[in-house]
Amino acid sequence: MSNGIKGFDFESPVIELEEKIKELKNLGESENIDFSNEIKKLQQKCSKLKKDIFSNLTPFQKVYMARHPNRPNSTEYINMIFGDFIEMHGDRNYSDDKSIVGGIADFDDDSIMVIGHQKGRTTEENLMRNFGMARPEGYRKALRLMRLAEKYNLPVITLIDTPGAYPGIGAEERGQAEAIATNLKAMAGLSVPLVSVVIGEGGSGGALGIGVGNRVLMLENSIYSVISPEGCASILWRDASKAPEAALALKLTASDLYKFKIIDEVILEPLGGVHRDVEFVAKRLARSLKKQLDELKQMTAEELIQDRYQKFRQMGRFIDGSLQKSKKK
Amino acid sequence: MAVETPHEKKSVPDGLWIKCEGCQEIIYNKDLESNFMVCPKCNHYFRLNTGQRIKLLLNPGSFKEIDAQVQPKDPLNFKDTTSYTNRTRKHQKKTGFYDAVVTGYGKIGRNNVVIAVMNFNYMGGSMGSVVGEKITRAIENAVKKKYPMIIVSSSGGARMQEGIFSLMQMAKTSAAIALLDKEKIPYISILLDPTTGGVSASFAMLGDINIAEPAALIGFAGPRVIEQTIKQTLPPHFQKSEFLLEHGMIDMIVERKDLKDVLDRTLGLLKKGK
Repeated sequence: MSNGIKGFDFESPVIELEEKIKELKNLGESENIDFSNEIKKLQQKCSKLKKDIFSNLTPFQKVYMARHPNRPNSTEYINMIFGDFIEMHGDRNYSDDKSIVGGIADFDDDSIMVIGHQKGRTTEENLMRNFGMARPEGYRKALRLMRLAEKYNLPVITLIDTPGAYPGIGAEERGQAEAIATNLKAMAGLSVPLVSVVIGEGGSGGALGIGVGNRVLMLENSIYSVISPEGCASILWRDASKAPEAALALKLTASDLYKFKIIDEVILEPLGGVHRDVEFVAKRLARSLKKQLDELKQMTAEELIQDRYQKFRQMGRFIDGSLQKSKKK
Repeated sequence: MAVETPHEKKSVPDGLWIKCEGCQEIIYNKDLESNFMVCPKCNHYFRLNTGQRIKLLLNPGSFKEIDAQVQPKDPLNFKDTTSYTNRTRKHQKKTGFYDAVVTGYGKIGRNNVVIAVMNFNYMGGSMGSVVGEKITRAIENAVKKKYPMIIVSSSGGARMQEGIFSLMQMAKTSAAIALLDKEKIPYISILLDPTTGGVSASFAMLGDINIAEPAALIGFAGPRVIEQTIKQTLPPHFQKSEFLLEHGMIDMIVERKDLKDVLDRTLGLLKKGK
């Protein structure tokens, strides 16, 4: 349910109707009048409306859903799914980047390391979290925690939710490119299981910088893309207002990526998005994580590294002329 | 296909004289060529094409290309103002290559190497599936043969038209670089103007030794994106080789005429460590 924060235009008929139902309920209670028939009718109308609007979202509407202000962020999932979360801070080098959180926690009587991009809920929080856009020290903190996980043989779970790595002067001075590149290489060689989940926005290299998992999952209305649709539109169409076309062309939805075999599993969301039933999604996500980790825990360190290498090795679509010729023979 | 034998368009138009992009002076073409395509008057670096770059770095006649037959596909059926297939065809015609990287074996002095040379003239040197695949195969060949790996980068980053497949090439190539570490095989990264985005944020920054040509633009985000984000003008030399050297991101800036010699000496010294 909406908690006071306005939704997007395409959601507003649903939100308006929900408000009306609420008002009628309140009125009924305060005036002691029985509106139950009317309420029932409105509720039926509302669920039909939800189905009409939400079951056929366009890719660009999904981009909005992925960025929805009511969408749960990393710490909210961490608190719902894991117990006894002990947060760690800092990259031991420069500072503590608050746009990435991480620490150890309990998951079903096992210890895990969990790391995620962190967006805020309020403007104040978002400023503190830099809207989930990490700087090099964020990626280096993530790497430090992954190394710690290796030392204690803990599986690593990463939660991806970022518009992208931060483009700023300081970030460039301190080696944003190097920090991400080093993480990619380090994750490839990690000796413990690594499962990544895109929970909202999977924004390009900044997302991949904590996302080289043995398994990669996505929530149904999350997105994962090489560039934002706005950025793509302004470069290729030279017109940022063509973002809906770019969103369609980029094939950035969870179902697209599942079809491409880039991701391993899509976690279903209720109609209208996670924020309409957070617990439902948290439970599903917990179940999937458990299943994936149970499988990965059977592997040796060497097998885990091989598994990750092969997974990313086969990504890419091209024509190999020599193979074509030899097939024809 | 239009591309059968690599036939490169010259980066400098034919003619006796050329106007330098740096100092606007008119220079004699032969002087420019004999000075490694660096303006003799203002030291402006003209971009080398792939053939010129290979000639600059490798012993004459030692280059043997591999995987030349790998060609781009259009996995997303991508269309903006024109289709991706149209774009790749146009660039294949323009450059004489199937895609934005050439890989192969060669020799630098007495060192056998595997080399990959990116081509900025082909769609801004962007990395799609072909670039990622060819670089990964080249690294795997270096591991097999135990030859040092040299990658010459020049790229605006990941190729948008291949969407998520392009992004994943960053993970694929970086994972391959990890194999070089494991097998203790040298990897030297040469960064040219420009090297940004998904290429700088993967293999280009991962060299055991990172070498840049003078005044090359190297960074994660492009300067325009940064300016729009922070709404400030950027300091002079921001994201230039000299800036990166000062901030500890590269080992050295080497002038073009010295590049081969530095590679030769470095590889020679590294070999003695074994």
